[in-house]
Amino acid sequence: MKLLLKIWRQKDGSSKGKLVDYPIDGIEGDMSFLEMLDVLNQELIEKGDEPVVFDHDCREGICGSCSLMINGEPHGPDRLITTCQLHMRRFNDGDTIVIEPFRATAFPIIRDLMVDRTAFDRIQQAGGYISVNTSGNTVDANAIPIEKAKADESFEAASCIGCGACVAACKNASAMLFTSAKVSQFALLPQGKVEATDRVQNMVRQMDLEGFGNCTNTGACEVECPKGISLENIARMNREYLMATAKG
Amino acid sequence: MSGLAKTSVARKVVMALSGLFLVLFLILHVTINLTSVISPDTFNTMSHFMGYNPVVQFLMQPILIAGVIVHFVMGIVLEIQNRKARAVRYVKFAGGASAPWVSRNMIITGLVVLAFLGLHFYDFWLHEMNYKFVQANPEDPTRYYAETVEKFAPIWRTVIYVISFVLLSLHLWHGFASSFQSMGINNKYSSGIRSFTRLYAIVVPLIFIFIALYHHLNPITH
Amino acid sequence: MGILDSKVPSGPLAEKWTKHKNDINLVNPANKRNIDVIIVGTGLAGASAAATMAELGYNVKTFCYQDSPRRAHSIAAQGGINAAKNYQGDGDSPYRLFYDTIKGGDYRSREANVYRLAEESVNIIDQCVAQGVPFAREYGGLLDNRSFGGVLVSRTFYAKGQTGQQLLLGAYAAMNRQINRGKIKSYTRHEMLDVVLVDGKARGIIARDLVSGEIERHSAHAVVIASGGYGNVFYLSTNAMGSNVTAAWRVHKRGAFFANPCFTQIHPTCIPVSGDHQSKLTLMSESLRNDGRIWVPAKAEDAQAIREGKLKPTKIAEEDRDYFLERRYPAFGNLVPRDVASRAAKERCDAGFGVNKTGEAVYLDFAAAIQRYGSEKALTSGIKNPDSETITKLGEEVIAAKYGNLFQMYEKIVDQNPYKTPMMIYPAVHYTMGGVWVDYNLQTTIPGLYCAGEANFSDHGANRLGASALMQGLADGYFVLPYTIGDYLSDDIRTGPISTDHEAFEQAETEIREHLQRLLNAKGKHPVDYYHKKLGKIMWNKCGMSRNAKELKEAIEEIAALRKDFYENVKIPGGLNEMNPELEKAGRVADFLELGELFAKDALQRNESCGGHFREEYQTPEGEALRDDKNFKYVSAWEYKGEPKDAVLHKEELVFENVELKTRSYK
Repeated sequence: MKLLLKIWRQKDGSSKGKLVDYPIDGIEGDMSFLEMLDVLNQELIEKGDEPVVFDHDCREGICGSCSLMINGEPHGPDRLITTCQLHMRRFNDGDTIVIEPFRATAFPIIRDLMVDRTAFDRIQQAGGYISVNTSGNTVDANAIPIEKAKADESFEAASCIGCGACVAACKNASAMLFTSAKVSQFALLPQGKVEATDRVQNMVRQMDLEGFGNCTNTGACEVECPKGISLENIARMNREYLMATAKG
Repeated sequence: MSGLAKTSVARKVVMALSGLFLVLFLILHVTINLTSVISPDTFNTMSHFMGYNPVVQFLMQPILIAGVIVHFVMGIVLEIQNRKARAVRYVKFAGGASAPWVSRNMIITGLVVLAFLGLHFYDFWLHEMNYKFVQANPEDPTRYYAETVEKFAPIWRTVIYVISFVLLSLHLWHGFASSFQSMGINNKYSSGIRSFTRLYAIVVPLIFIFIALYHHLNPITH
Repeated sequence: MGILDSKVPSGPLAEKWTKHKNDINLVNPANKRNIDVIIVGTGLAGASAAATMAELGYNVKTFCYQDSPRRAHSIAAQGGINAAKNYQGDGDSPYRLFYDTIKGGDYRSREANVYRLAEESVNIIDQCVAQGVPFAREYGGLLDNRSFGGVLVSRTFYAKGQTGQQLLLGAYAAMNRQINRGKIKSYTRHEMLDVVLVDGKARGIIARDLVSGEIERHSAHAVVIASGGYGNVFYLSTNAMGSNVTAAWRVHKRGAFFANPCFTQIHPTCIPVSGDHQSKLTLMSESLRNDGRIWVPAKAEDAQAIREGKLKPTKIAEEDRDYFLERRYPAFGNLVPRDVASRAAKERCDAGFGVNKTGEAVYLDFAAAIQRYGSEKALTSGIKNPDSETITKLGEEVIAAKYGNLFQMYEKIVDQNPYKTPMMIYPAVHYTMGGVWVDYNLQTTIPGLYCAGEANFSDHGANRLGASALMQGLADGYFVLPYTIGDYLSDDIRTGPISTDHEAFEQAETEIREHLQRLLNAKGKHPVDYYHKKLGKIMWNKCGMSRNAKELKEAIEEIAALRKDFYENVKIPGGLNEMNPELEKAGRVADFLELGELFAKDALQRNESCGGHFREEYQTPEGEALRDDKNFKYVSAWEYKGEPKDAVLHKEELVFENVELKTRSYK
């Protein structure tokens, strides 16, 4: 099939970017979206142009590297998949596809479609862990039984891949879904309860420092999340935060 | 204001609590107004109580005004912060694909309601202040009904009121349910809560619209 | 012993590790503060090593090419992690795990290392649970286990099909805690390009900042390579796009021996290649073989018709299907180990019975399982005389509950409904057992240079069992390396900070600049991927699932020629001092082009078939692998001498004192 790609090109964080048109032909339905971009890049290199830069790695929907706003939606029009799992059969011959980077002040553009998402790492560093030494002297794994429903819920929250689609989809560029997923994972486990107060306060403080927007409960993050992380996590974080504040 | 709510989560809670307070106030307001359709005397009595009871006047009213101010100032602060959080906008953004219009445009519905409040204050509150304190008129427990009905005589005011109530309805449609999420309530009761809040968001503004139209269509004949 | 001293402690197998830990030198906590360690790679091995060493008090610097440590490819591991916890009471023990691993590896791994791995496996689970890793649990609240291919006990812990993700996020969280304390400095979007040796000891690395393009020098008292496997030498593999051999290969070029490069695991259940544009292969969990039956048409003309799209697989009658695994291996059937299943599929496809338009696919059919589960479900739900539609519907529900996410993933990629028509699968490169040679302390042949996880060669012999890769990465990182490295570092407490102004850094940096400039200066005809794909084709066709001397010799020639062409004709846009993804790829492919040749050379010298290494000349009349313990019971460790063809082979004889060498049979 034949397509017209409108791709955001930007040399670096301090330059101005713009959409550039790239007509492309010979695209097959079996190609993934990123393979389609590979084809484009091979053509660009052979012509002596600079290839389009974008983040990608595992190409099976788990590493969270790939991003892209495709026609105004993070990871494209399909639900519960990442860009690398989107296939070109989803598009029609003659379509125009607008491809932009995930945009947020907290995700500065590095080049073209590649953005810096280390703000997420810093939020995790502020408290997204349980302070237990890896000495090999902890209690037996089965010493504390955990209700299956709680363990499953914790797993669901923990399945976040940190791709940033929630931020990209949110009209406020809020990182509440991401942050709350980590807060929830630990809040639901007995091992995580010990540090719950400090954790939620520190992570929320860091999230705000990074310049993410405020949550207005539109729910766009949940809809666009490739892993289906639930809004309940945000409510849980709010609750945890209120309780932490009440405790002082 | 920033001292009041240092973090994003706290600011949400402030929005939610002030919003819920205003939602509660609306019930009181709509109840009193509804009496104007049923019994002018009751309406006069209640209005007089609201206007001259010292607890209402010097405690409740300032709290209400503060609630309104907190809600809209915080709303505007949040909007400014949120816009800063995405300094460069998308060329193409399919916001409608993942969230309904009302939830994404609370600032629009909110500002319209705020503008309406300006008119509303001018119409009633300023009028009252002027009547009671500037002109220092004597108490007249029977004047309220006539004054109210008279306000709805011009078609333009009635139309503005009706439009504003529609936008209030949209604002409540998202805002009322959203306040529970902000306060950390999202559980098995949430779908019930949402149904209730949406019913509220439709019924309360509808009653206001009904009252406005009723008075416009049934002027007092002298 | 000579040059290859495995440093395995003396004493009975089960006591070696404890004894060793008691004997080695320690560094006192105050001195640890003065010692720096560099860790390259932040997957399970690297992240866990970084976390533990930082906890112990060392100053750690980590390097990864990804934008965050959390994205290392350990994240993609699906199935689970083995541990000899014996929670199921089915007779499991460290010894049994040790035995299964040695046997599964076809007796080509080091006994003492494997036993230590089995011993530490139990700690891993305790540790991960304490860190908040949400493993699957039973209704009673205790941890759940599943069983995996090739073993007789249930010892695999899992978190749905995302065990690797959860374990990596646990290690990443432990790292984050140390980053927050200032004990780890994490360099992301950085690629290690060389190791720096001062007076013969590893004292630092040269890395490139992938965003600015700047070449940087970093010094330390010891360097750990935990950069994963080299499956991408095949171009198409289940590895991530960025997975590469560069760190491991550069240390090899500086003197670290590279062991068993030809030991590669080819996983039988992957989604087949659909066309030339394909960039990567996707794994379908091994667990599918519990319920799926593997077959191809029994008649060549049926296979032909299917390939041409004239016939549907569901229209082929039962008697015209060849369930070749069940036919060849009646005892294990569809559950034979990975290497055996892969080879059998290739054999059928090579004989002309393959399906898919490429002819390189076999069916994995759930129809029988759907019927079986459907009838069972109807019975237990009290439905009397169910019609076939009801049975199918109920059966599909059971299958969906077990494998729903995999079926959905398959449908997304292939655009066929695997509930209605059989899945198509084909083997793909998945894991590399070979890697940098290390002794019992995980130290390479360069003093102060250590290697952990998939990047080293140590624990899996010639074939890795399912759910053992995660176990090895974490055991190395959390529980082995942090202690063994102390023995070496105890000599460094008075060394003080290492200066990056030393001439060795100067020289290494100059060499790297020249190397990258040479790539950029090439005349420029073909993009990097062109060469990578060509290399992949040679590797897959001549060094893949089955190998022979003639083709291996051809491969050596062809790869050398391709490498020459690459350096002359590769086309790389952009420059050195800026972000340049094509230059990154070129550097990696340049190293693959050398490794590939050594790989073939290694396969050529190993005149036997064992585990993932199958030499056509060495098979039984029935086509099974023929191991030669008399002549090849060794680790081949290669010393770099300039060109891959000049590499010198050193042999580490494997000593088996605790297990009896047997022929693996799954008949």
